[in-house]
Amino acid sequence: MGAEFVQFSLTPILIGVFAAIACALPGNFLVLRRQALIGDAISHVVLPGIVVAFLITGTVAAIPMLLGAAGAAIVAVIMIEAIKRLGRIEPGAAMGVTFTTLFAAGVLLLDQSDTSNVHLDVEHALMGNLESLIWFRAEGWHSLFDPAALAALPDELARIFVVCLLVIALTVIFWRPLKISTFDEGFAQALGLPVGAIGFGLVVTAAIAAVAAFDAVGSIIVIAMFICPPAAARLMTNSLERQVFWSVAFAIVSAVLGYVFAGYGPLWFGGQNAVSAAGMIAAVSGIILGLACLYGPHRSRVGAGRQESAA
Amino acid sequence: MNPFVDALLLQAGYNAALVAIGAGLLGFAGGAVGTFLFLRKRALVSDALAHATLPGIGLAFIVMVLLGGDGRNLLGLLAGSAISAFIGLWLVQWMTRATRLSEDAAIGAVLSVFFGLGIVILTIIQTMSSGRQAGLESFLLGSTAGMLFNDALIIAIGGSLAVLATWLLRRPMTLVAFDPEYAAASGTNVNRIDIAMMGLVMAVTVIGLKLVGLILIIALLIIPPVTARFWTERSGRVFWSAGLFGGVSGYVGAAISASAPALPTGSIIVLVAATLFVFSLLFAPVRGVAAAVINHRRFQWRVHRRQGLLAMARAEPIHEPFTLRVLRAEGLIRKDGVPTDAGRAQAAKIARDERRWDVARQIHLDAGLTGRYDGLTPIEQVFTPDEIAEFDTRIGGPSPVQPQGAA
Repeated sequence: MGAEFVQFSLTPILIGVFAAIACALPGNFLVLRRQALIGDAISHVVLPGIVVAFLITGTVAAIPMLLGAAGAAIVAVIMIEAIKRLGRIEPGAAMGVTFTTLFAAGVLLLDQSDTSNVHLDVEHALMGNLESLIWFRAEGWHSLFDPAALAALPDELARIFVVCLLVIALTVIFWRPLKISTFDEGFAQALGLPVGAIGFGLVVTAAIAAVAAFDAVGSIIVIAMFICPPAAARLMTNSLERQVFWSVAFAIVSAVLGYVFAGYGPLWFGGQNAVSAAGMIAAVSGIILGLACLYGPHRSRVGAGRQESAA
Repeated sequence: MNPFVDALLLQAGYNAALVAIGAGLLGFAGGAVGTFLFLRKRALVSDALAHATLPGIGLAFIVMVLLGGDGRNLLGLLAGSAISAFIGLWLVQWMTRATRLSEDAAIGAVLSVFFGLGIVILTIIQTMSSGRQAGLESFLLGSTAGMLFNDALIIAIGGSLAVLATWLLRRPMTLVAFDPEYAAASGTNVNRIDIAMMGLVMAVTVIGLKLVGLILIIALLIIPPVTARFWTERSGRVFWSAGLFGGVSGYVGAAISASAPALPTGSIIVLVAATLFVFSLLFAPVRGVAAAVINHRRFQWRVHRRQGLLAMARAEPIHEPFTLRVLRAEGLIRKDGVPTDAGRAQAAKIARDERRWDVARQIHLDAGLTGRYDGLTPIEQVFTPDEIAEFDTRIGGPSPVQPQGAA
């Protein structure tokens, strides 16, 4: 745990942890509202968003990309709603139509535009480049107190940190309305809460988290973190407060263990190269979810026997 | 000649022709099989299935290389992808059944975890000596560049078999999609039919991997059935037209992508399908947006016409501008609002039918008949002439409407 760790592993682990928390928090509500796949749809439409941003600005600067991706996510949400209402199509199919179409458009735009001289391709969009977000200027733990070295931290770290704080703040501020409208929409309406706006705000928050995380770690982690830690946490407790804490804990464990296994795991088995950290983080979160499904104290449905035939 | 027309007529070279035919068949199979997935409201299960193929592809490559064979053998890769897709599907089912997680959470978890695992395996393969040119990434988005006759043959045979099996199973699958409880009560094994349906979806996914890739193959399963649904209310026709929409998307999409460089086949096929979808959403006669608007206007017209005539019969003034426009357009009132002869005749008829309905409700306590009263259905469509004559004897003769009626 010396200088090398600080230089090569500290920032990717921190970025992974912040990204995981930022996604897991809104994921709790998405899972409870049965909108888990909104996260999946959003992370697919991020690709056309960043390609369009690239075509307009001609650079791979972060801010236009984030704006483009956020714009695409909002367009996708509106498209899903429009198809659902205008075409009277069930939500799953409307989602499937929307994100495959937008993703296909993104791939086409990418192939049509000349992106050979910049690092912008589908694989990068899917897998991210967590491993490459290293802290060149770090010379050891003491660099944490060295302003010159801190200034050389990867930009992604600051961005995902800010977004993570924003998501935490939003979750705390809107806790009560979110909780009430998630569990009992009719009651929330009767209280005069703007249920539609809360739902839309939740999706927009998820989109912001997805876009910021995507920038650093790729879309696989985003989908996995939206769903796996909250789903596993759901099987651990009946209280929403505890569920949120469980999900954050699971997200952190997935990010840290996933990065460590990806970076050092192959060495233990005599391999030489590291494997994809993003993929490994997703896999670890899946293992946690699997364990929760098998042993979680609140894993079974209330009245499962009676609902069996309906399911 | 135009390269697109060339490609459409299979004149753009051997490889392009193979791809176009393969894509057409694949599209047909996807649309036909996807119909039942859509009707069963489980469209996004295909998303989990498609993403779950990736680790299987990677592991199959590793196994084949370790056994000393060529890792890129398509049949071997497809077999591997089918196995891991099956495991993914089983996990979705198991999580939905055994835990309190809903199906969408299970789908999302399986697709992201399997995909992540697949990426890990792909990065392992990249470090293997024989893995550098494996080109397994092409399964993400599909690639038609190096398609061989054997590959096309696999797609053609597999697609045809999937369509045939879907056609044979269409009755039980329709039954299960619309009313699983009735299906179970009438002796159909719902579970087995569901497994068969998922097996077919898996088959289409696996044979489509090479051509359109695992991210976009689900578009071929979802978009054509949704498109077809706009055109008809009958499940049998949805089946055939979804196949047709899918087939056209595949064939035309492949032809377009062959006609110019930098047009990825999978994306173009999906975008053609999406274009058909948008057109159908707007203009399909049965459930399209335009048809709904026209129906609404027609209904509005009929309501205003009737309200206007009733007011005329009661000699009440009419102020509502749209009602006046309707009556004027049909020549029932003059420009100054005075009823024409035709208008008074219609008003008298509507007033008489209204009385007939009153009597009908007194005689028939059967809500099945009088319940059909919505003010717009002519009474002749509900009761027989004998019954109407009976009502008329109770009402007495028709009374004329006074000419100084409206406005």
